[in-house]
Amino acid sequence: MHPAFSIIFFTTAAGAGYGLLLLLALLGPAGLLPDSRAFAVVSTGLALGLVAVGLLSSVIHLGHPERAWRAVSQWKSSWLAREGVAALVTFLPAAIFAVSWALLGRTGAVAGASGIATAIGAVVTVACTAMIYASLKPIHQWHNSWVLPNYLLLSAMTGAVLLNALLHLWRAGRPEFDALVLVLIALSGLAKEGYWTFIGTIPAASTPETATGLGRWGRVRFLESPHSEPNYLLKEMGFAIGRKHSVRLRLIARTLGFTLPLLATVLALGLPAAALPASLLAALAVALGIIIERWLFFAEARHTVTLYYGATTV
Amino acid sequence: MADGPGDPHDLPRFAFDPQPTEVSGSADPRPRKESWWQRFTAPRERVELSPEVEDEVKTTTCYMCACRCGVKVHLQEGRIRFIDGNRNHPVNRGVICGKGSAGIMQQYSPARLRSPLLRTGERGKGEFRAIGWDEALTIVTERLRRIRDTDPARLAFFTGRDQSQSLTGYWAAQFGTPNYAAHGGFCSVNMAAGGMYTLGGSFWEFGEPDWERARYLLLFGVAEDHDSNPIKIGLSRLKASGAKIVGINPVKTGYNAIADEWIGIRPGTDGLFALALVHELLKADRIDLDYLVRYTNAPWLVVRNPGGADDGLFARDGQGRVLAWDRDADTAVPAERADLSPLLVGEKRLPDGRFAVPVFQLMAARYLDPSYAPEAVAERCGIAAETIRRIAGEIAHVAFQQQVVIEQPWTDWAGRRHDRMIGRPVAMHAMRGISAHSNGFHTCRALHLLQLLLGSVDVPGGWRYKPPYPRPAPPGPFPAGWRGEPAAGKPLAGSPLGYPLGPEHLLVDAAGRPERLDKAFSWEYPLAVHGMLHMVITNAWAGDPYPIDTLFLYMSNMAWNSSMHTGAVMRMLTDRDPATGEYRIPFIVYSDAFDSETVSFADLVLPDTTYLERWDCISLLDRPIGSADGPADAIRRPVVAPDRDVRPFQDVLIELGVRLGLPAFANPDGSARYPGGYPDYIVNHQRQPGLGPLAGWRGRDGTEHGRGEPNPDQLERYMENDCFWMQELPPEQRFFKHANKDYLETAVRLGFIERAEPVVHQLWSEPLQRFRLAAQGFGERQPPDHLRPRIATYFDPLPLWYEPLEHEAFDQAAYPLSAITQRPMPMYHSWGSHNAWLRQIYAHNDIFMSRALGVELGLANGDWVWIASPHGRIKARLRLMEGVNRHTVWTWNAIGKRQGAWNLKADAPEAHQGFLLNHIINELLPDRGGARFSNSDPVTGQAAWYDLRVAIEPATADEAGETSPQAEPQGLPAGMAPSPSINSYGTWLRTRRRQRARERSKQP
Amino acid sequence: MTSLPTASPAADGHQKKLGLVIDLDTCVGCHACAVACKEWNTGGHMAPLTDLEPYGRAPDGVWFNRIHTFEAGVESGSAVAGCGASRTTHFPKSCLHCETPDCVTVCPTGASYKRAEDGIVLVDEDLCIGCKLCSWACPYGAREFDTDTGTMKKCTLCIDRIYNKNLEEVDRVPACVMVCPVSARHFGDLGDPSSNVSRLVADRGGFDLMPEIGYKPVNKYLPPRPARAVPVAISTAPAVSPPANLNLLARWADRVLSR
Ligand SMILES: Nc1nc2c(c(=O)[nH]1)N[C@H]1C(S)=C(S)[C@@H](COP(=O)(O)OP(=O)(O)OC[C@H]3O[C@@H](n4cnc5c(=O)[nH]c(N)nc54)[C@H](O)[C@@H]3O)O[C@H]1N2
Ligand SMILES: Nc1nc2c(c(=O)[nH]1)N[C@H]1C(S)=C(S)[C@@H](COP(=O)(O)OP(=O)(O)OC[C@H]3O[C@@H](n4cnc5c(=O)[nH]c(N)nc54)[C@H](O)[C@@H]3O)O[C@H]1N2
Ligand code: SF4
Ligand code: SF4
Ligand code: SF4
Ligand code: SF4
Ligand code: SF4
Ligand SMILES: [Mo]
Repeated sequence: MHPAFSIIFFTTAAGAGYGLLLLLALLGPAGLLPDSRAFAVVSTGLALGLVAVGLLSSVIHLGHPERAWRAVSQWKSSWLAREGVAALVTFLPAAIFAVSWALLGRTGAVAGASGIATAIGAVVTVACTAMIYASLKPIHQWHNSWVLPNYLLLSAMTGAVLLNALLHLWRAGRPEFDALVLVLIALSGLAKEGYWTFIGTIPAASTPETATGLGRWGRVRFLESPHSEPNYLLKEMGFAIGRKHSVRLRLIARTLGFTLPLLATVLALGLPAAALPASLLAALAVALGIIIERWLFFAEARHTVTLYYGATTV
Repeated sequence: MADGPGDPHDLPRFAFDPQPTEVSGSADPRPRKESWWQRFTAPRERVELSPEVEDEVKTTTCYMCACRCGVKVHLQEGRIRFIDGNRNHPVNRGVICGKGSAGIMQQYSPARLRSPLLRTGERGKGEFRAIGWDEALTIVTERLRRIRDTDPARLAFFTGRDQSQSLTGYWAAQFGTPNYAAHGGFCSVNMAAGGMYTLGGSFWEFGEPDWERARYLLLFGVAEDHDSNPIKIGLSRLKASGAKIVGINPVKTGYNAIADEWIGIRPGTDGLFALALVHELLKADRIDLDYLVRYTNAPWLVVRNPGGADDGLFARDGQGRVLAWDRDADTAVPAERADLSPLLVGEKRLPDGRFAVPVFQLMAARYLDPSYAPEAVAERCGIAAETIRRIAGEIAHVAFQQQVVIEQPWTDWAGRRHDRMIGRPVAMHAMRGISAHSNGFHTCRALHLLQLLLGSVDVPGGWRYKPPYPRPAPPGPFPAGWRGEPAAGKPLAGSPLGYPLGPEHLLVDAAGRPERLDKAFSWEYPLAVHGMLHMVITNAWAGDPYPIDTLFLYMSNMAWNSSMHTGAVMRMLTDRDPATGEYRIPFIVYSDAFDSETVSFADLVLPDTTYLERWDCISLLDRPIGSADGPADAIRRPVVAPDRDVRPFQDVLIELGVRLGLPAFANPDGSARYPGGYPDYIVNHQRQPGLGPLAGWRGRDGTEHGRGEPNPDQLERYMENDCFWMQELPPEQRFFKHANKDYLETAVRLGFIERAEPVVHQLWSEPLQRFRLAAQGFGERQPPDHLRPRIATYFDPLPLWYEPLEHEAFDQAAYPLSAITQRPMPMYHSWGSHNAWLRQIYAHNDIFMSRALGVELGLANGDWVWIASPHGRIKARLRLMEGVNRHTVWTWNAIGKRQGAWNLKADAPEAHQGFLLNHIINELLPDRGGARFSNSDPVTGQAAWYDLRVAIEPATADEAGETSPQAEPQGLPAGMAPSPSINSYGTWLRTRRRQRARERSKQP
Repeated sequence: MTSLPTASPAADGHQKKLGLVIDLDTCVGCHACAVACKEWNTGGHMAPLTDLEPYGRAPDGVWFNRIHTFEAGVESGSAVAGCGASRTTHFPKSCLHCETPDCVTVCPTGASYKRAEDGIVLVDEDLCIGCKLCSWACPYGAREFDTDTGTMKKCTLCIDRIYNKNLEEVDRVPACVMVCPVSARHFGDLGDPSSNVSRLVADRGGFDLMPEIGYKPVNKYLPPRPARAVPVAISTAPAVSPPANLNLLARWADRVLSR
């Protein structure tokens, strides 16, 4: 699948935003976060900002952004519509939460309830995003049960790493947080490895033979394309990434997205003096690593339509 | 749907299932009243199910290729909504091909020329000044008048893909130049001549398989053909009826892909394969002797006098009648006698003492020779001996065990009544895979021999003539145009093209040198019955046999895809004589409708209209469009008005005729004989009294057909009848046309033949023997000595096979592969590339090779390779495939374009990833003892495109990415706007529909 | 309406499923159907079918029907082999108007919908936001994004032909079906077991593309047929010794024939 920047940016930014929002909404009202207005405003602003910019970028990606409002009408069947609804609905408790917790500094029932609602909304929204991909049957690399946990964990992990960096910035780092981050990184890393192992070992059911129905005469090979130059389908869904390239990028994604942040967080945990730079490094690495991970999520996804254009497997 | 007659989906369908489907209901079942919420969550589109499709429909004839289908052009607001096939039309019966549908994009193409152009820059650059028609016509007239008054042969007028050859040939004859031909010489003259000299008809477009009744079809070397839609319709009918289709072709695509059996033959060896089938049939005595005796010259007696002047000629009596040996009378009698009981084998002494044997014996003796046995040819043809034997057995089975009978009485030429029509349902069709080789004439004859042995020519289930064929084998007339024969300023005595019967009809001077610029009808290419357009530029450049003044071309992209050796030809067109500084070819006039490669080489460009903007006449005097069930002709009529300063070429030619005072076009007082231009000519011109360009609705009142006085309303009648005329033959005339009394009489009445005499198929071709005798030193007209062995070898009166000349001329080991092209179905030569839709299908081409060979050579799909021939090398991208002969590489024809041509952008893939094989084909064979012959069939002069041999080697990594050679870009002529970067044709229709809907909804 | 419609059976109780049956045995790959489709539809319901760079480096247009070519099996390879074992198949592909396609259900706006009354899958361009998701959900590549209009387009099964009262009844078939010169394309109601198309499918073993995806395509493909077998009438045993020509010729010397 063509790795469109706007979509990569949307899923990673919004994912991190919702992850952060989730943690803020749960931990804030519970009084587990620094009692600092500035911290609350900055962190909530960052979370909502990431969400908003992400959503905006996904709207700009549309052929008709001015009609984007229509995209919520089909929640009954469409995960994209559900995502839209969830995102919109989440803004309501999120706004209350932001006002009551971040602006007014409350931790009472209103903040707590709106926080819980916001957290649920964030999870639901990220889950809907994941399901947009996981529901697409023509794409083996997406249509599997690894995608949903991956999205949820990566969202929580990026949010947590960001939160941890903010905490350290406010000199409010806590070993429990570092530990939480460590756990999330480890789980996410495992989920990602599991996903990669899955797509590397379990073949798609569709082949040139099933795509054409010609398998009964032997191996099916592509001879001529309908059009000699690339068309929409190839540009959108025919993106192919070389094996070597993909191995190299996975290594970078692993290193930046998981290993480095993991080590940095361990460092933060073990060496409080280095906690701030370490957690900032972790956040930076995660940002880059997850963008690469997300790029790969698209680039390694192979659509069945390519079977009609010479792909031998998807 | 109810059961129709038989099984409806098994019936042969012409266009589609007639399924007035149960798709009638169209209402959305949901309730109509909706709240805003319902509209938001469950929106419902109002689909306009019955939009208007036209303000007006005009029928005409397609010219996106030469198939000449009937089309309906649907117009809205004077613009084209769509073009579809005309169901009433005999050629396409309602279907239309991709090119035909894409006619819209041809009509609105940015490559259309917009006004006459006069060259301002160097030739080949595309730098012009737009001029008016008067200036253009004055320039041409002055030049041509001078030529005509001095030496008319110094005008070379060649017309390419011309569909008005009866006009252009006539014009040339009126002008007085013998240097006229269309594209047939490089196209398929081997098929035309091979057929005409054997059957008086031919494959090509002059006949067709009996699609309805054939049980077995052998398709030799056909990718698409001129009969594009009829062949496809026919193949589907064969499929539906369960007949077997065998495709003999080095490549398995298109028609060959759907064949029941594919025979991946080695190029150039079909003759050998066919003669091996002949061998098997003769050996097993599975031949139709009755047919041979009745309809062929098998019983004719051939004089046996080795070393004598009459050896190999037919034995004739005092009145010139050919003799056969009658068993009953035990003497030689005229072969034409109906009551003959002929001898087929046995040498006889004629009354005059000479010895003679029947043709049959000579034929059978030759092909029974073990050198024609399957084992002997298998390796060379690349076909297993068992396969050859099996195919022979299958066709013998179908021909003799599955004969087709039509309960239809008919009368033969001798007046004998036959109760029924019995046919041998083995049909054949062949095209350029046979003809584009230097042995194609004989291969074509070998195929006809095979058909005749099976008795399957013009019989039910076999191959059938399309009227106006058959004609005598060969038909007349002889070519006209001895140089100096007409006084300067006078017309030729006849037509520049014709069918020689012997050396006496050659166009050579006293010293035996060619009289025509292209050397057609010379000792080098005696039966070049369609001329040799592929030699015109080379010879004009070399001044061999003589220099010319003006090259006048029409509708032929000679500077690109229709030349052999494109690079060299481009150099010749721009070459100057160092002594004078003048171009070696002094003046080039060209008529094209689009900015083709050749436009840039012209000194003066006469822009033509598109096929939807003009009158055309598809005449029986030219290539026929009828079917085996009856003759037909057609017109094209203006459907849309030109929006540019362009004129129909035929009008221009007629106007030039008037200006030059050519007697056929100008009255003695200088006024125009056809003041209404081409439509006037179509209606009122008469070639002979009563015979004109169109056969339909003749006579003052339009009631006569074939012959009759001109009818002033003729074009009206044609337009009322969807622009065509067809006369269906009555059932008793539909078969055995070569010997069918009623048909032959009809043919005389319609003006196709002069006398209602049977056409006897020529197994033994006497005209060929006459040339051979000349080569052996007999006769008055003698070839130059260096040509004697060539003529003696190739003018064999029986079909023979020889290694294609170019294969023989070069080291086969150094160039181990044959390289050929195929017609892509959705592209017509170079014309498709400026079509916004068609070029999306093929904007570049690759070279295809067998996967097995690729693996052996270490080459992979997508590799860039050099394709080297003895004449140069080109670079292209490689593709590996299964269905191709291992000794063959191939590509789609004419996709590569010169940068800047056709108003394509400079970075168009056609120029950078596309290529022409023509760059490494040569129009000349290597020097042999001081003579360089054309790379052509030695009998007919047919260009041997597919004799090309190549070697393939990998290109280096830094050579990858672009094809080579890259020609210098050509410029966009004055007055033409650069092509647009988006095409949203159809938006206007949507806007219009919405507007209408709004208006409708406002109405109460 | 993005949810799939509930069944809406016709009067006789069967659910109408309009679609195409494509015969891979006879398709010669001529692209006639593809171009006719382009031509009709560029002025039809989804007009225009925009072409980007129509005369440039990367011509790329909207087409509802595209013709692919495949080879199946391996050529037997030896030089003296004649006919090999591989099969070349031309393969036209347009929307299959699936019965349970996610291209409809993924659409967030309701622009992509399946008609209840005949099963035709359409896009309402006025609602489409151009998110492209439906094209991702189509396994067959039957959806075409028009970059210029910013909307998704697709095969309409020529809905503006098949019901069009301004066309003669015989012309009320999809453009691609009407033009196919080898009659490899058939149109009809696949929901009616007695229709032409249903019977073709039954007789010829029509099959689904990628059944494993589970969209239940309405369009069916007919497989290439086995080659016709023809008996062989003459001995195909190789000659042991070359025939003696004269002996063979002698057979015909006494043959009594008449014209
Ligand atoms: N390698 C290779 N080369 C080949 C062949 C091959 O098989 N392989 N085939 C050969 C054969 S058989 C042929 S017939 C030739 C064909 O080659 P050409 O005869 O050159 O055919 P086209 O390329 O179609 O070009 C004809 C010209 O007519 C112009 N034209 C189109 N419509 C009109 C019109 O309405 N009026 C006028 N005045 N001009 C118009 C086009 O713009 C074009 O410039 O190619 C030959 N070349
Ligand atoms: N769409 C389309 N239609 C056209 C044209 C076009 O350009 N496009 N051009 C028109 C013109 S001018 C012509 S002349 C006709 C030509 O129509 P075709 O005769 O169909 O022309 P080619 O494409 O040259 O096909 C020749 C076939 O012969 C095969 N072949 C080559 N060498 C051999 C051989 O030695 N033996 C055998 N058995 N096969 C061989 C090739 O693989 C190819 O399939 O088509 C006409 N129709
Ligand atoms: S086959 Fe030729 S004449 Fe017929 S529709 Fe196609 S382009 Fe036109
Ligand atoms: S073919 Fe594709 S676009 Fe058509 S209905 Fe099926 S899934 Fe949808
Ligand atoms: S592109 Fe249009 S039709 Fe397709 S899913 Fe998006 S909104 Fe629906
Ligand atoms: S049914 Fe109509 S829209 Fe669909 S592929 Fe055929 S011609 Fe195109
Ligand atoms: S028109 Fe018919 S033969 Fe041609 S590509 Fe389409 S389905 Fe195949
Ligand atoms: Mo040709």
